[in-house]
Amino acid sequence: MAKKKLTVGVTGLNNIDSPGPGIPVIRALKDMKDFDVRIIGLSYDSLEPGIYMHDLVDKTYQIPLPSAGQQSLLTRLDYINSIENLDIIIPNFDAELFNFIKLQDALKKKMNIHTFLPTLEQFEERHKSNLPEFGVKYGIKVPKSKMIHSMAEIHSLAYEFGYPLVVKGKFYDASIAYSPDQAMAYFNKISGKWGLPIIIQQYTQGTEVNVTAIGDGKGNLIGAVPMRKTYITDKGKAWAGVALEDEELMDIAKNLVKGNKWRGGFELEMIRTEKNEYFLIEINPRFPAWVYLAVGAGQNHPEALVKMALGEKVEPFKNYEVGKMFIRYSYDLICDLKEFETITTLGEL
Amino acid sequence: MSIKKNLALSDTGFVFNPSTGDSYSVNPIGLEILRMLKENKKDEDIKKHLLATYQADFETIEKDYYDFVKGLEQLKLTENNG
Amino acid sequence: MKRQQYERPLIQRINSGIMNKFGTKTEYAPVTHIDDFSVKELIKQYGSPVFVISEKTMRDTYKEANRAFKTRYPKVQFAWSYKTNYINAVCNVFHQEGSWAEVVSGFEYKKALQNGMPGNKIIFNGPDKTDEDLISAINNNSPIHIDHLDELYRLTELADEMKKKPNVAIRVNMDTGIYPMWDRFGFNYENGQAWDAINKIILGDKLELVGLHTHIGTFMLSPSAYAIAANKLADLALGVKKKFGRTIQYIDMGGGFASKNTLKGSYLPGSDTSPDFNQFAEAICTALLNAGFVEKDLPLLVLETGRAMIDDAGYLLGSVIANKRLSDGRRATIMDFGVNILFTAFWYSHKISPAQDFSTYTEDTVLYGPLCMNIDVVRDQITLPPLKKDDHVVVHTVGAYNMTQWMQFISMRPAVVMLGLDGKSHLIRKRETIENIEANEVMPEYLLKFKI
Repeated sequence: MAKKKLTVGVTGLNNIDSPGPGIPVIRALKDMKDFDVRIIGLSYDSLEPGIYMHDLVDKTYQIPLPSAGQQSLLTRLDYINSIENLDIIIPNFDAELFNFIKLQDALKKKMNIHTFLPTLEQFEERHKSNLPEFGVKYGIKVPKSKMIHSMAEIHSLAYEFGYPLVVKGKFYDASIAYSPDQAMAYFNKISGKWGLPIIIQQYTQGTEVNVTAIGDGKGNLIGAVPMRKTYITDKGKAWAGVALEDEELMDIAKNLVKGNKWRGGFELEMIRTEKNEYFLIEINPRFPAWVYLAVGAGQNHPEALVKMALGEKVEPFKNYEVGKMFIRYSYDLICDLKEFETITTLGEL
Repeated sequence: MSIKKNLALSDTGFVFNPSTGDSYSVNPIGLEILRMLKENKKDEDIKKHLLATYQADFETIEKDYYDFVKGLEQLKLTENNG
Repeated sequence: MKRQQYERPLIQRINSGIMNKFGTKTEYAPVTHIDDFSVKELIKQYGSPVFVISEKTMRDTYKEANRAFKTRYPKVQFAWSYKTNYINAVCNVFHQEGSWAEVVSGFEYKKALQNGMPGNKIIFNGPDKTDEDLISAINNNSPIHIDHLDELYRLTELADEMKKKPNVAIRVNMDTGIYPMWDRFGFNYENGQAWDAINKIILGDKLELVGLHTHIGTFMLSPSAYAIAANKLADLALGVKKKFGRTIQYIDMGGGFASKNTLKGSYLPGSDTSPDFNQFAEAICTALLNAGFVEKDLPLLVLETGRAMIDDAGYLLGSVIANKRLSDGRRATIMDFGVNILFTAFWYSHKISPAQDFSTYTEDTVLYGPLCMNIDVVRDQITLPPLKKDDHVVVHTVGAYNMTQWMQFISMRPAVVMLGLDGKSHLIRKRETIENIEANEVMPEYLLKFKI
């Protein structure tokens, strides 16, 4: 049977030392059995490595940064679609999701581009700043946290949280501060990049365990693979990890999706304490960069997402291979200046 | 005024400085000026050419040309004793 | 041969991490007309800079807000917040649409009266009301919103002296989960101050408690905070009913709805993220309808939204004075308007569009105002096409607070023009002159002469 042709736009091509999920998602899409997929990269910066990875990305277009607003993005996607006739877009950055969620109807109606995204309510309620309420609503333990809007509030944190504590940005970045001075330094650094508020979170001692998962928007968990990082870079990102067997973690994921009817890919970042308690640190509203481990372990989550985006019914994955590992490596891609010139001046490559 | 002779100028407005590895983008009139500077044209001749080509008065061209060339100096794209 | 269109030569280093220009054109797409009025012609006629207010946008926005609330709640009344923009022509557009007046000083109160507002439709808010103000408000039957106990006692004394029973409401502050909590105005809900004040008023029987008022903050981006506030006011009103059998006539939810401006430090543009009237209306109306009032006791819902009502309708048109290059090579452009008239530049990253066509080339620019003052920065970083001296720009979403908070500092304040629905532009505030400013100065005789 001939494979169905499919054109998919993917963001997050920043396959750098702290990688975006774009390239892993693309690898997963290339593994799909039923589809012959053409990948359109959507990049923000001329140096995102994915732009130059021609064996994975067929063509790349620059798109405006999320801060330029929805109209700019829509105009640009309209242009890209006029050439590429996109079937699906899979956004992979937290910071761009608000815009894509708002634009999903317009994309479908005007350009017949499918997406499979969480609703705005789902997206908003799992924000780091709302995590305490979120935990109560869905019965998940959450470390104590607080939003702060000015440096002056840092002084009182010692009484409330004690040190160390975690200083987090609205969209990205988290640093562990061991003193008020450090907390202030991180406050400045992170607020300068992602704006206010800053989230202060209680430091929870334990092992970090993560789950990459996908929900069908109706309360069913389509797939989930838990993982523990076995090696961490100096930026705190996973360098290597291993698929775990953890029924309790799977139950947490299942109950969460049953409760909030999450639609699309997501990642749970949890801490398992000495006493085997699980604390939710963060929910990422998209696939994590290590999503390809799930594929390797037998669950192709991006493929499930593509099918659901196209309106197909997808049965939940039943199992995965425990003990599958991933080990990240970096690789020096060689390319011509001409390519950099083209993406920089023309915005396409 | 003279600019570094090894600057690579591309029709797309992309400028590459092989000695530093930096790249730049210029608009069409900027590219035109860079090309003339590379051909060792004199400042006065370049300005005259611009005046003849574009809808602008001499004062504006004089001012903007000065500003542009100062910008090149700041970006270290000019020869030291040019 | 015809000479080509001129554009200033530009060169920019390609840095990683800067905004790529692809698809961002809408941000600097030229705005040559506002409501079919040419920007160039407006500047020619009224000078530069000049504030422009679109009557159409004002009325459309009012209708949108009114629809959002009236389709969700049976009794709704808007009151125009004078401090947001008290140019009389602006006030009267809203009065024509049906807005009452909401004032916070004797000066604003007089303005409202002079605009023809009946006294009982002027809500008198704010911490600073003089005896003269209070007496006038009592005589005119205006609802007086009490801010503090001192005012409550003074008002009681005046009521005694005047043998009248003034209509009052109390302002209530509360924790709605937002930051910062505005606890400096009114009486606190959580610690019981508000309930105490209500008891004092009703048991004292010198004042007629007609309403409850709150105003939870400014530039609020969270409709749910209003739901909390509405619930707390409803709780007080129901408490009054239960204890005294009296019905509170109105609940005044104040204002504070965010406009489409982008706050400094926020990552996404306000035009995409600010909630619309429907979202605020849904939160407030749902809370009130479900609070437990019997239908005939449902209080009138009063709204004093100012910013969200007029911000979009206001534009500032200005011109380039000069271009320069800063010591670090950055481009700087000096405009003929600064923070003295565009006060909101301190907290918004205002959207600024060129008013003439350009190619797609842009540069990163610092926009300065004309004041000889270091703080006069309109935008500390903005991407614009290469503007030249005398080119015009349009600053968007400036209708709220600028035309009241502006300062006469170093130069005169500009004219304000309303783009009428009649297709004509109307001068609604003249450009200031030196005579206007000096009219109030007095020169002691002995300082008149000097020799140099």
